[in-house]
Amino acid sequence: MRKLSGYLKNYKLNLTLGPLAKLTEAVFELIVPLVMSDIIDNGIDGDGGVEYILSHGAIMVALGVLGLCCALTCQYLAAKCSQGFGTELRNDLFRHINSLSFKELDRFGTPSIVNRLSADVNQLQYMVAMLIRLVIRAPFLVIGAAVMAMTINLKLSLVFIAATPLIAVVLYFIMSRSVPRYKTVQKKLDVVSLVTRENLSGVRVVRAFAEQEYEKDRFDKAADDLTKNAVVVGRISALLNPATFVIINAAILAILWFGGGLVYEGEMTQGEVFAFVNYMTQISLALVVLAQLVVTITKALASASRVKELLETQPSVTDEGNEYVQADDNAPAVVFDNVSFGYNDGKYTLKGLSVAIPKGASVGVIGGTGSGKSTLVNLLGRFYDVSEGSVSLFGTDVRKYPLKQLRSLVAYVPQNTMLFAGTVRSNLQMGGRNADDETLWRCLETAQAAQFVREKPDGLDSEVVQGGRNFSGGQRQRLAVARALAAGPSILVLDDSSSALDFATDYAMRKAINETKGDATLFIVSQRATSIKDCDVVIVLDEGSVEGIGKHDELLKTCDVYREIYYSQTDGGTKE
Amino acid sequence: MKDNLAVLKRLMRYIAPHKGYVALAAVSAVMSVAATLAAPVFIGDAIDHIIEKGLVEFDTVAVFMILLGVTIAVGAIFQWTLSLATNKLAFIAVNEMRKELFGHISRLPLSYIDSHPHGDLITRMGNDIEQISNGILQGFSQLLTGAFTIVGTLGIMFAIHWAVALVVVVITPLSFFVATFIAKHSNSMFRKQSNAQGKLGGYSEEMLEGQRIVAAFGYEDEAQKKFEEIDSVLYKYGVKSQFYSSLSNPCTRFVNNLVYAAVGIVGALIAVLEGSMSPGVLSTFLIYANQYTKPFNEITGVITELQTAVACARRVFTVLDEPEESSDDLLPEIGECLGTVEFDNVSFGYSPDRILLQNINVRADKGKRIAIVGPTGCGKTTMINLIMRYYDVTSGEIRVSGKPVKEVKRDSLREQFGMVLQDTWLFEGTVRDNIAYGRRDATEEEIVAAAKSANADGFISKLADGYDTVITESGGNLSQGQRQLLCIARIMLTRPPMLILDEATSNIDTRTEMKIQRAFAEMMKGRTSFIIAHRLSTIRDADLILVMRDGNIVEQGTHDSLLAAGGFYSELYESQFRKV
Repeated sequence: MRKLSGYLKNYKLNLTLGPLAKLTEAVFELIVPLVMSDIIDNGIDGDGGVEYILSHGAIMVALGVLGLCCALTCQYLAAKCSQGFGTELRNDLFRHINSLSFKELDRFGTPSIVNRLSADVNQLQYMVAMLIRLVIRAPFLVIGAAVMAMTINLKLSLVFIAATPLIAVVLYFIMSRSVPRYKTVQKKLDVVSLVTRENLSGVRVVRAFAEQEYEKDRFDKAADDLTKNAVVVGRISALLNPATFVIINAAILAILWFGGGLVYEGEMTQGEVFAFVNYMTQISLALVVLAQLVVTITKALASASRVKELLETQPSVTDEGNEYVQADDNAPAVVFDNVSFGYNDGKYTLKGLSVAIPKGASVGVIGGTGSGKSTLVNLLGRFYDVSEGSVSLFGTDVRKYPLKQLRSLVAYVPQNTMLFAGTVRSNLQMGGRNADDETLWRCLETAQAAQFVREKPDGLDSEVVQGGRNFSGGQRQRLAVARALAAGPSILVLDDSSSALDFATDYAMRKAINETKGDATLFIVSQRATSIKDCDVVIVLDEGSVEGIGKHDELLKTCDVYREIYYSQTDGGTKE
Repeated sequence: MKDNLAVLKRLMRYIAPHKGYVALAAVSAVMSVAATLAAPVFIGDAIDHIIEKGLVEFDTVAVFMILLGVTIAVGAIFQWTLSLATNKLAFIAVNEMRKELFGHISRLPLSYIDSHPHGDLITRMGNDIEQISNGILQGFSQLLTGAFTIVGTLGIMFAIHWAVALVVVVITPLSFFVATFIAKHSNSMFRKQSNAQGKLGGYSEEMLEGQRIVAAFGYEDEAQKKFEEIDSVLYKYGVKSQFYSSLSNPCTRFVNNLVYAAVGIVGALIAVLEGSMSPGVLSTFLIYANQYTKPFNEITGVITELQTAVACARRVFTVLDEPEESSDDLLPEIGECLGTVEFDNVSFGYSPDRILLQNINVRADKGKRIAIVGPTGCGKTTMINLIMRYYDVTSGEIRVSGKPVKEVKRDSLREQFGMVLQDTWLFEGTVRDNIAYGRRDATEEEIVAAAKSANADGFISKLADGYDTVITESGGNLSQGQRQLLCIARIMLTRPPMLILDEATSNIDTRTEMKIQRAFAEMMKGRTSFIIAHRLSTIRDADLILVMRDGNIVEQGTHDSLLAAGGFYSELYESQFRKV
């Protein structure tokens, strides 16, 4: 993994030239009051006259123009560098995310990953820009103004040396107290959103229990809490302006008084007192910027650690060094050899499964929620690695396959049907990358999806919105089946993928799949006994342990769990 | 524009009641600006009396310093009160708006809530109202002080020396031009950037949610390509928007420098050639010139903020203007529960031009079990929506306990029913609070008893904190089935006179379901119940099965009579057992 700073290595020019340009502008900015003070001293009070005023006036304008050019150069370099940095970082992050297995992704969770990818990278980007733009300029202005003041008059510059840290302390005091409270306010705002969301999603329940008044109280409390906190933050930040105003002007008072004395004794000129006052104002502005910079950096460091955490997570499933596997024609399609799997050490979601599935067979997996059904089929495509034992496809351990090859062998229809924004065609082609229309229609037919797709005005080119929300649950499931069929897999896995279908459609689909699948091996995971009872092999799971393996008729005789499930669902279906 | 004014006016209604704070803010703004402007005058006056070696009028300097000190104190105090007043004003005003909006939402008809994305309403409640508070805050503090500062500065400059002031006025349009130029470009780029950002976020979210599919079909490379494509668009607009917005400070400084140089040159020339300007006056003038351009920038910024605030306020007001459910204050309570539900020639459509239910006639007698079956989208859940009066019938009438539902208080009608839906609803809180939602005065024993009868006690006791376990928003710590059991326990606790089970057990595995069915059966004794289920085995014992198809009741009867009739129901039923 590259360190985060590695993403800056292409921008050495931006990183040096940018701050330099900004520095030049700051130098000019410091010179301007000097030129002005010269104009006052030599042009007006002295004998320089009009010519002196005009020539020095021209210098001031020139300094302004040059300063602008320098500043614009810097801003441009900063924009290029920070956005380029962020873009490369995002691309790498996304690539890294795709290499992680479900184990790692589950640990982070989607919202957290998306947040790291967007908000945190933005924060880092912002910091890079701010660093280029301000990291030299702001301290330089503070120190520069102080140094300039010292060169004018060392004694009077003591006022600076006293005032500067005082302003810094006040700024730090107020910001360090208000910034964390802004986070609290944000959290309170989240509560307000949460109560709103709960009331919208649960509107039927709230109204069924006639609890609107209670919910209103709950909301009012959250809103009042938010307001209270916001007012407190407001009260703290309200101190910022007056406090700095007082310190700066007090310093100016001191400059006037002591400066007056120095002028009286001939150690200073009137123009120099004026320049001093000017530098004081400049310093205060630069200090505010500096304080903001500190806040930005603090926030960005927190973001950096979140991004790094993600980048440094090693994928638990890798196929490094694996070479293309030649299938063994005589081997069974799938062999589970004493397979156990646990997400956390110690607790198994699947224990000691041993079974060999011949090519072309259909396998039913049944059991209650949390019985390990999905785990079993997830091991086929190596979405997780087994904790003990081994899973082999066509004679080779799944851990020996290149992931690409392995996953082209197995096609899934997952429990939570997931369609992607695009068209029906683009979704189906995720399975069969180059499949022609004829193939796609055939897959749709088998999945019992052809009819509703045909009824859409755009057919295969009908739009699919994100998550496929413009299709009903049952339609989504059928499209997902078609997508898996389009992949032309050697092993087809239907993971509880007909739960939204009525029995008649479910039946028709299973029938069509069986008729068209050829020698592909079929896994059907279901809670419905009727969906799996015709399979060549039925695996019965209960809380991770294998309760029975066999055909429907045998299991009815030998397996208590299976019998219980079957009769609970059919309830007299025995009379068939 | 006129429209904007109307929105602003309406916004003012939330601020108007707090006249004290408004007055305090206005007075504070005037005073703090006056003090900020007066300070350079006294500084200049003081410098004018610090002339050269041996020529410093300390007495006069002291007088001006005292004046300056007082000015500073006044300025600081009013800056502080200005912040306090605007803060309070903004937060109190939006707090009221928030509460009003929530109260309004809780009285909106379900047709509105069902047909509008919840995320959008939440954004209005959260982000939009925050923007409004920002707008009020900035509007009052910056706009007031900015305007006063410009007017005041100009006034003072003209008072000091009209000719030099004229020079400043001539350069002024440049400030406006620069500020508007930057605001216009950076705003449009910001919009494009945030669009691209949204797209990128949406895409990565989609790919992550679908990671199983992405990995299963080896789609990673294509996903990466698409991601980088969107990312490069984001880069393009990111660079532009960042560059444009970062122009504002250097450009202001530049205009400032120009004003400063012009004032310096002209002022010095006048001092030399005409003598109507002293070095002290010139330095005062220069200080004003220095702070003259800043408010222009601030005002441009505030105007953008205000525009955003007005746009947000409009979005909030749109919701507030939605008509609420008709008032039922004057209607009587439903009274004693007789346990009957009648549909009398009911027709209904979610939109008037698409009738979904047609001429439905059903009568449920006390204590009967009514099952509704049929394919997805046939109108089963709609029947429930009508009984609970979440929606009003288009024509016909529904009577509960003999009373038309439109003629009784909604709450009293709804409290007659206990409802368990397929979509579980739990709120962020403890398991105990969630079970006791409908009866917060329930004792611990009653809660545990309800959990036991819903078969939930077992898993609850296995949770880390038992009944005190906090359920998170995403409910990640509970499975779908467990969430459902809690919802069932909730009903077990309230024991309402009638029951509605809409796919109540579809997320629960069959073995647990069996146990719950027993509890339900116990509960349904003597209670009129409506059951929607697609597992036909769960409704075999119903007293009346309504078979629906495309919004019509095509068959009704008992399980046996329907099977015997050999119609649509028997077809649905038989398909469970056919061999592949």
